[in-house]
Amino acid sequence: MDYTIKLSQYERMLAQYIEQRDERALYKGQKFSRKMLEQHVSPEDVVSMHIEVVKRIIPHVDQKVMDSLEFLLEVMIGYGFAYREHQSLRTRQEQLDAEIDIAANIQKSLVEGEIPSGHGVDIGVISKPAKKMSGDYYHFVQDDHSISVAIADVVGKGIPAAMCMSMIKYAMDSLPDYRKQPGDVLSSLNHVVEQNIDPSMFITMFYGVYHADENIFSFASAGHEPGFFYNHKYDRFEELVAKGSVLGLRRHSNYTEYRLDIEPGDMIILLSDGVTECRTEKGFLERGEIADIIRSEMHSPAQRIVDQVYYNLEMLQDFVLRDDFTLIVLKF
Amino acid sequence: MIMETRSSVPINNEWDIVQARQLGRQISREMGFGHVDQARITTAISELARNIYLYANNGEITIEPIVNLGKKGLKITSRDKGPGIKDIRLVMQDGYTTSGGLGAGLPGVKRLMDIFKIDSTLEKGTNIVAIKWLR
Repeated sequence: MDYTIKLSQYERMLAQYIEQRDERALYKGQKFSRKMLEQHVSPEDVVSMHIEVVKRIIPHVDQKVMDSLEFLLEVMIGYGFAYREHQSLRTRQEQLDAEIDIAANIQKSLVEGEIPSGHGVDIGVISKPAKKMSGDYYHFVQDDHSISVAIADVVGKGIPAAMCMSMIKYAMDSLPDYRKQPGDVLSSLNHVVEQNIDPSMFITMFYGVYHADENIFSFASAGHEPGFFYNHKYDRFEELVAKGSVLGLRRHSNYTEYRLDIEPGDMIILLSDGVTECRTEKGFLERGEIADIIRSEMHSPAQRIVDQVYYNLEMLQDFVLRDDFTLIVLKF
Repeated sequence: MIMETRSSVPINNEWDIVQARQLGRQISREMGFGHVDQARITTAISELARNIYLYANNGEITIEPIVNLGKKGLKITSRDKGPGIKDIRLVMQDGYTTSGGLGAGLPGVKRLMDIFKIDSTLEKGTNIVAIKWLR
């Protein structure tokens, strides 16, 4: 729409309104302003159009009124000044969002790998980022004799956490085969993290290996949220406690390796603090409540258990996820 | 011919901003700019003068009519011997501000004018040239 057309359209609307003072003309004015916005017409141009039309259709306007309109024009320039900055910021925001979407996809492809299904272990995994990118990480490796599982949580969330997470992934991929015992894995990673990550960032991690031939689960933890061990024989949930400092705190940290005898029917549940820090109306969720939800689903396949727990916790929190959420269940 | 005259306003305090505005409005009116463009030019001058006042303390705004290939225009030059700008790309970004509140200063001026050029040396000062063509 070119300027003269807009001008004559505005003139007709304003004339109609001055003549009849009816709501229809006002409604047209509203539609007109929307069109102006779509065409990126600035506020000062609208005011200038108004001044021009007023001069045309109202003869002998008081000079003081015209002066006041000039004043308004000046004020609107300042408005337009800020308005355009706002628009340009919005465009930049959209570009950033698009970039983050791409980064989130890359990250997804880094984490997503095959979930092992051998050695008589049924594994279920769910991992949901609070924002677009996740600071949670998990990883499985299966060979002829064992299945190893890692779960890590970068303190913080969003893009910085996600970048640290990618580093952990590559550090783990490059560990030599003879360093695959839980305690060794964690002290190697601790060294990498300490040397490469900003001192204000920490990573907690749990690493476990199921030795299928001996029915033993060995594990170590670097300050990670304790998981659960479901003891089938006594039908009870036990805390999977392991001591060790978070990754990146000191140059040299040693991690004690713990061992558990596994019997058929046992379960190991690993989680990130996004699971235990679920906040409901009544405050933080108790760890016992999480165990209760798992118990109510424990005869289902492992994937269904984690999906159900996630759905239940999501519902308890009115479908707002505050922290990255990762839950892994191994059923033996 | 009046078109060839060049006028300058030294900027030493906040009232000098008003002087610079006045001069810009007067010259743009004489050259035949419409009301909206007069107001745009004035706002641009105002922002540039304010930047001198806020960040360099002293400087000068020069306003002159120019002719380029038969096109008439108004040229604003802002000169100061202030601290200079460390990262010009940063101050040319929307949303950047050191004084809190809305940024908009330089990118806003660039949008109001047709041509905008900036040159700055740390501890030497800043030169900005902005031109609006008469349509």
